[in-house]
Amino acid sequence: MDKQRADNYELHRREVAKTLLKDRTDDFLVVTGLGSPNWDATNAGDHPLTFPLWGAMGGAATMGLGLATAQPGKRVMVMTGDGEMLMAMGSFATIATQRVENLAIIVFDNERYGETGMQATHTAGPVDMAAVAKACGFPVTATVKTEAELMAALPLIKETKGPVFVDIKVKAEPLPFILPTKDGVHLKNRFRERLLGPDSLL
Amino acid sequence: MTENYAWAPDIYDVLKDLDVRQVAYVPDAGHARLLKMCEADNAMRCIPLTTEEEGISLSAGAWLGGERAVMLLQSSGVGNCINMISLANTCRFPLLMLVTMRAQWREFNPWQKPMGEGTRPALEAMGVKVTQVDEPDQVGETVRSAGEQAYGWPDMAAVLLHQKLMPVKTFGK
Repeated sequence: MDKQRADNYELHRREVAKTLLKDRTDDFLVVTGLGSPNWDATNAGDHPLTFPLWGAMGGAATMGLGLATAQPGKRVMVMTGDGEMLMAMGSFATIATQRVENLAIIVFDNERYGETGMQATHTAGPVDMAAVAKACGFPVTATVKTEAELMAALPLIKETKGPVFVDIKVKAEPLPFILPTKDGVHLKNRFRERLLGPDSLL
Repeated sequence: MTENYAWAPDIYDVLKDLDVRQVAYVPDAGHARLLKMCEADNAMRCIPLTTEEEGISLSAGAWLGGERAVMLLQSSGVGNCINMISLANTCRFPLLMLVTMRAQWREFNPWQKPMGEGTRPALEAMGVKVTQVDEPDQVGETVRSAGEQAYGWPDMAAVLLHQKLMPVKTFGK
């Protein structure tokens, strides 16, 4: 393991989140994994079509699969962390098998468990998350380390037929908590109301 | 015991009535006939999982997107779901689990005992409403009631399909 490597990564997660979520429309649906990706998305701007998880570690990617399957006309982006994704690497196989073209999974990979004391994750060691996704059958995968690579990956994330997986190496840095509401029923209902209309709540 | 799973078409009919579109599963012999029927149905997407907990988050995502999902799993797989049920519980996502039971009746394999006997208390500890059925002609309506409540309230519901409903598995002995 190289526990210091991520201290020097170029990309800052809060800026990456802003870039990914800029100029979004109601055809762009977002699920975030628990912890930092939730705070990053909230910092970039709360939105009814973002479902920020506060728990359910390991569930973000397959939540995106269920959503993308139900909404083939919309783009679905799952934005999660390396620790959360490591818990659910089997879901790469599940998702690739379904060939969901409208789903992109993005990992903000700081090689740390950020909420629990910044302990190194397996990606600080030998694990190459994009290679795992590719081996499971994701037709589009990338690892991003620079601003230029992030710009090049944007069309993959936003448009390319997937499923798409992009591992974004981000600096390991302490950041303030920017919290959305933690009322899960509210988060669910506001998402459905915006996407499906008010009758969906009846 | 029903050798031909005569109740399986009853479950399929109920899933059609309930407009279930996503069928998430880790296979079990007890679900094989039902799965074949779902796979032959173009309005249903059958989704094999690598572990059962994926089905909990998948079901939540389906509901966010306006579709209904069901999970088919064996009792041993319930154990793999426990923390992920927090998602359905906290957000009141509908959850419908159809669980084929082990370690209840003429079980050959003692390794099925801990989770077989732990299935109901584990689900109930997580707030899931559990209903067991052991009469073949009651299976369909039991699933209907669980499904109507799961999607309608919404609520979390598990139907335990008693091992008497399945042929005895003897591993060739």
